Amino acid sequence: MLEYLLAFLIVAGGVFTFIGSLGLARLRDFYTRLHGPTKATTLGVGCILIASAAYFSRLQGEPSLHEVLVTLFLFITAPVSAHLLAKAALHLELPSLTPRPGERDAPQE
Amino acid sequence: MIRRLLPHPLLTPVLALIWILLVNHFSLGHLVLGLVLGWAIPLFTLRFWPQETPIHRPLVLVRFVVVVLYDILVANLVVARLILGRPRRLNPVFVALPLDVTSDLAISLLANTITLTPGTVSAELSPDRRQLLVHALSADDPEALAHHIKVRYERPLKEIFEP
Repeated sequence: MLEYLLAFLIVAGGVFTFIGSLGLARLRDFYTRLHGPTKATTLGVGCILIASAAYFSRLQGEPSLHEVLVTLFLFITAPVSAHLLAKAALHLELPSLTPRPGERDAPQE
Repeated sequence: MIRRLLPHPLLTPVLALIWILLVNHFSLGHLVLGLVLGWAIPLFTLRFWPQETPIHRPLVLVRFVVVVLYDILVANLVVARLILGRPRRLNPVFVALPLDVTSDLAISLLANTITLTPGTVSAELSPDRRQLLVHALSADDPEALAHHIKVRYERPLKEIFEP
């Protein structure tokens, strides 16, 4: 029974991670591409880590919880790197689908 | 005296807990070692944490964490659907979010939360720290989005850290 649950979690995790990466290919500008890796992957990695924690807890006979730390560090670092990437992109004035804040007023009015 | 020996009282148990999770095995020895580390590390890194970070409303913090975890779950499904849908029909937009919170910790937590939750990435904090630029993957009504973020995330953070 547990095996089926774990298998489901791992497959779901793989699917979400894949969708997150697929976003890199399918979305059309740098800023929207940022969304895939920062979000869809957190759930994917989360599923895999829950499966890992459950599996090794049963295998070792004592709770294996250091996966919680991986989740914690992921939640702290993923947004920071996304923020820095976005900031760098704004600084370099990469093309965007939507007007960037600086140019919002200029071309249209 | 106690202030100088224990500059960040909350950090000690948190670091001890992280140590035990890192070792992945609970025993009294590791608990003691974790507490010693939790006491020593804040002393050595005091210069990185100049201000104390008071948590005024712990219960609000707990509720906030639960809300954010739930939103992360939803965010993943929403973004997955947007990616698998038609990228051409997305309506990405930059939203300038005026900030009410002022402390470093509250602003960084808010920015992290925004990035982890539905279809938004925080992109830049204005130099005067009054405004956070947010990029939304698909938003038809930027003002409603800004209002949503303010009510759902910023208000509890303000209650917790800056009553």
